[in-house]
Amino acid sequence: MSQTHTTTQEGESHGSAASYVIGFVLAVILTVASFATVLSKAFSYWTALVVLSILAVVQIVVHLVFFLHMNTSSKQRWILMTFAVTVAMVMIVVVGSLFVLWNSQAHMMVR
Amino acid sequence: MSHDTTHASPAHHEEHEHQESPVVFGFWVYLMTDCIIFGTLFTVFAVLSHQFAGGPTGKELFDLKNVEIETAILLFSSITYGFAMLGAQAQKKAATLGWLFITFLLGCSFVFLEVNEFTDLIAHGAGPDRSAFLSAFFTLVGTHGLHVTCGLIWMVVAFIQILGKQGLGSRMISKLTCLSLFWHFLDVVWICVFTFVYLGSVL
Repeated sequence: MSQTHTTTQEGESHGSAASYVIGFVLAVILTVASFATVLSKAFSYWTALVVLSILAVVQIVVHLVFFLHMNTSSKQRWILMTFAVTVAMVMIVVVGSLFVLWNSQAHMMVR
Repeated sequence: MSHDTTHASPAHHEEHEHQESPVVFGFWVYLMTDCIIFGTLFTVFAVLSHQFAGGPTGKELFDLKNVEIETAILLFSSITYGFAMLGAQAQKKAATLGWLFITFLLGCSFVFLEVNEFTDLIAHGAGPDRSAFLSAFFTLVGTHGLHVTCGLIWMVVAFIQILGKQGLGSRMISKLTCLSLFWHFLDVVWICVFTFVYLGSVL
């Protein structure tokens, strides 16, 4: 019992100094890559936007894992569930609005 | 009766051990609702990001140097808050307070830079009333800045409470855990801000 407790405590929400430093280094690399993508002007508009989006998503995952200590342990099940529902809702709002408004603007030629 | 007491004791023990869980989970749910607010504001910005009304565009307005410094400050404050949290878990009061103080200073300089940027924009006639693009920009980035300011006030309160007789008890640890989630969450939102608002506008 005490053994399971210590393992859950360690795996729950507390990182170690090492995990913070790893997360920090990864975040710095990804941030520099984002700025470099734009400042180097190496890509066309849409390619750059896709590269930026991918870098942002990867960096968000890095932050969630190393700073917010999210993982797939059973103790975090509800945290993951609520997170998944939120991501779904945000995606519906973002993608749905952009899709509808992009279309309406294209048809009304206001751009 | 005796049956009750023998049962009550382990149950109470367990409840005490997992006391922080419901608090931290409740706070997490609040953060998820905040996430939806930001998702909506990002959508508004994306929709209005080309409606300049003849006014200045993001390319002309945004100073990426400033954004780089702000990003670096927030990233550093994330890791210093992490160290404060590690100190709190190890019951080291001095280390916790020291790292909290550094995080607070970093947060203040972030807010200072942002307020500076805003006043600069408004002084150059690019306030939130200039175009739909700028309204969306000020709403989104301002909401983030307001959250950071609330986090800073919360940090001061936590600092004073740790100095008080509460120390680093289990209640305080769960408060600090909530603030840690809040602070790291704001950094996650900032990733989207610098990517889609600043870099996306400069593209």
